[in-house]
Amino acid sequence: MNEQQAQQGTIRCSEAVRQLWDYLDNAVSPEDQERIEQHLSFCRRCCGELEFAKELRAFLASGAVEEIPPDVKDKLEGFVEEL
Amino acid sequence: MSETAVHDRTKESFQRLAAAELPALYSLARRLVRDGAEDLVQEALLRAYRSFATLKDDVAAPRWLKSILVNVFRDQLRKQARSVDEVRVAEVEDFSLYRTLVDEDPFPYSDTLHQDFLHSFSKEDVREVLMRMPEIYRAPLVLRYMDGFSTKEIARLLGVPLGTVLARLHRGRKRFESEMWDYAAQAGLLIGRGVR
Repeated sequence: MNEQQAQQGTIRCSEAVRQLWDYLDNAVSPEDQERIEQHLSFCRRCCGELEFAKELRAFLASGAVEEIPPDVKDKLEGFVEEL
Repeated sequence: MSETAVHDRTKESFQRLAAAELPALYSLARRLVRDGAEDLVQEALLRAYRSFATLKDDVAAPRWLKSILVNVFRDQLRKQARSVDEVRVAEVEDFSLYRTLVDEDPFPYSDTLHQDFLHSFSKEDVREVLMRMPEIYRAPLVLRYMDGFSTKEIARLLGVPLGTVLARLHRGRKRFESEMWDYAAQAGLLIGRGVR
């Protein structure tokens, strides 16, 4: 970051990366959103961080469904029937 | 989330709802606790059955059951009162998995380095990584990014302020990235590193 960027309120990479997930959640203020987008407009590495954050979120979401083993299912169904 | 029609508050109606939601409840429980997922589901079902009459919105029934399961989990955590490994968390505050992959280049012949890294993890690997994290960081991460609860809902379910949830989500994400990297090296998921 050069001096001119600092004077314009541009954020550093560490600050941009720290807020990327909140940015994807639309959970940052309009001012922070503007600063992040300004940073992303010239920082290729943080654009990479952003793309990876999207992939990691999708990856996490894809792991949400886990098969229930048949024996566990039988046991829990038995529990429900006994209520 | 499965669609379950609940038209009354009878025992039979609850049994139908519970049976339909068992897979989702068990799946969530498995991601919250290393051991005792079945017990967690059973306790949640007991509590839900006792307060079934208070359920107002039938459409919300699957979410309502999950919320009760999280409440049971929270109560168990409070009883255990485990101390959190804060030092380990502080160490990973600035960790970037993206940067680490670029710097370490574990798949040197790949044009899709980051995707290849993620795809090297099976569901069981992901669960193991989650289980390596302290519960206070794991639970918000699971609820937000795997089960789609809002941060406000998570704050209510876990009984902590919203700011605490946001801080734990941030630290949890960093911890998760760091644990993924460590686990991949130890489990031999990286080419030329570790043994499986």
